[in-house]
Amino acid sequence: MTPLHRDDVDTDQIIPARYLTATDKKGFGEHLFMDLRFENDSLTLKPDFPLNQEQYKGAEILLAHENFGCGSSREHAPWALLGWGFRAVVAISFADIFTNNSAKNGLLLVELPREVVDAMHADVLKNPKEQAAIDLGKQTITWKGQAYTFPINPFVKKCMMEGLDDVGYTLSFANDIIAYEQRTV
Amino acid sequence: MTAEKTKKTLYDKIWDAHVVREAEGEPTILYIDLHLIHEVTSPQAFTGLNMRGLPVRRPDLTVGTMDHSVPSVNRDQFPWLDALAQKQVEMLADNCKKYGIVLHDLQSKHQGIVHIIGPELGLTQPGKTIVCGDSHTSTHGAFGALAFGIGTSEVEHVLATQTLLQNKTKSMAITINGKLKPGVFSKDIILRIIHEIGIGGGTGYTIEYRGSAIEALSMEARMTICNMSIEAGARAGMVAPDQTTIEYLQKRVKFKDDAERDRMTAQWLSWKSDEGAVFDKEVVIDADTIEPMVTWGTNPGMSVGISKNIPAAQTEDITKALEYMGLTAGQTMMGQPVQYVFLGSCTNSRIEDLRISASIMKDRKIASGITAYVVPGSQEVKAQAEAEGLDKIFLAAGAQWREPGCSMCIGMNGDMVPAGKYCASTSNRNFIGRQGRGARTLLMSPAMAATAAVAGSVQDVRTYAHVLPKNTSI
Repeated sequence: MTPLHRDDVDTDQIIPARYLTATDKKGFGEHLFMDLRFENDSLTLKPDFPLNQEQYKGAEILLAHENFGCGSSREHAPWALLGWGFRAVVAISFADIFTNNSAKNGLLLVELPREVVDAMHADVLKNPKEQAAIDLGKQTITWKGQAYTFPINPFVKKCMMEGLDDVGYTLSFANDIIAYEQRTV
Repeated sequence: MTAEKTKKTLYDKIWDAHVVREAEGEPTILYIDLHLIHEVTSPQAFTGLNMRGLPVRRPDLTVGTMDHSVPSVNRDQFPWLDALAQKQVEMLADNCKKYGIVLHDLQSKHQGIVHIIGPELGLTQPGKTIVCGDSHTSTHGAFGALAFGIGTSEVEHVLATQTLLQNKTKSMAITINGKLKPGVFSKDIILRIIHEIGIGGGTGYTIEYRGSAIEALSMEARMTICNMSIEAGARAGMVAPDQTTIEYLQKRVKFKDDAERDRMTAQWLSWKSDEGAVFDKEVVIDADTIEPMVTWGTNPGMSVGISKNIPAAQTEDITKALEYMGLTAGQTMMGQPVQYVFLGSCTNSRIEDLRISASIMKDRKIASGITAYVVPGSQEVKAQAEAEGLDKIFLAAGAQWREPGCSMCIGMNGDMVPAGKYCASTSNRNFIGRQGRGARTLLMSPAMAATAAVAGSVQDVRTYAHVLPKNTSI
């Protein structure tokens, strides 16, 4: 896990607006946390930022804190996190639109009680190589031998496990949409 | 499933009226009445739609404009400095043409920020479900609509199905009782609310704003409040329609005849919470305890009344915010020098905002060393302001009068605040780097920002300007 012990990490920090002019979904990973990773010259890495530190290289889980992903509706935020190589984010709480956007892209959000998240932060600083294991089916994250359960919307879980597509799902109820349109005209 | 509620909130009613399909354990399929699109969050959605080989289900319920990445000067000179931004607007034009969607492009007299033009065009109406790939879609809730921001996958979903998969939120009533004091505006109300409930305080809720101080506000002022609902984390914010709403709509909506006008008016006024409807959370604030607010930190909850001091740093996050902002715990914002002033954004770029700013800047000059941008929210606002001579006032004061768009609120079009500089801004977000890398944003009302422009520093509009405009209900 890569620790990012800050509250209210907004989407402008996750991916600054100046990188939103792309018209496809690729390449956002290299601009993830751009202004937190680099000095003002956009070239010099900030050595104290966890994503720049050797001990967290290759981590697939971002260990965040409270109200992660607040701010704009940009889906570029989960695209950037996934592009970097993260597959899940652990936090005390997540912002609403970010939660939806993550679900649509298969980025798993693991919400845990404050004391558990704080303990994980303390642990990972002591032992950066400690591994967490997530079992989506059982809705558990195992950390230092202990399994913690986390909540997930049952439909989001089903979509992630079965690779179900939202648009395809909704269009399977096309007749209901037609019926609605007919009765509200 | 919970038992059917007998007393319903406005949110319950709009929700119920738009349910296409409900099933235990599955998200509700909710019908969308109006889908607004812009150049930044739609290209990948159209690409997805194209790959599926699907049409846009209801191009007649979809409206496009260009706002986020468009230059605010010299935009008819091609190529633009930012080739990618130019490609984005070209893709939007191509996609709208291909799928038969009305687009208010840069040549249109209706072009503007998506949340400014929806109401202007009479498209935003009580009881509607309105979505857009932009978090400030909550603005439209000022008309008693259920309006919220969505991501690009959801934009694609709405294009393909005219519906969204939704789970219902909890409900929150925020009541502002009493009367605002002179010099205090709707921006101050919403900054105070966010300060009070916190930037995550609205997460999982839809907010209904009510009370005598809300009822006294113009539609423009209500839009400012609903606009920043997302800054408290809320899914949406709304105000029940009343006579003020009707007066606005009757000027904007095109009716076939008087009978249709009367029928729609009665229907619009029916959108309100039942007497005695229970909300999951209630917040009450007395209007006369609200004073002009200024942010000092790096999110919209980090704010303080102009007569108060920034609190002592209790957390590492506050220490980091103060460090970024170059401010000190315990200091006041009064007298804080600024180098930039931005009057604009979907929060505060409507005609009333420009009138009040102009009334303060009239016959005055902006302080030396200040760069001031005035960016009207739409071509219609711009034309109205010019008809009233407001542009002349801003230009005579030394401010720049620019073309409509998001501009310096998000800094996607090159309108940016340099690192380390302070900007008195009427926008909605003071996030790190929001207005440019290292930029230091101070959020405030248009009256306070205009005052900062002429003073060169943050001042209390109540005591500095002396010439408060007569209509202070903004």
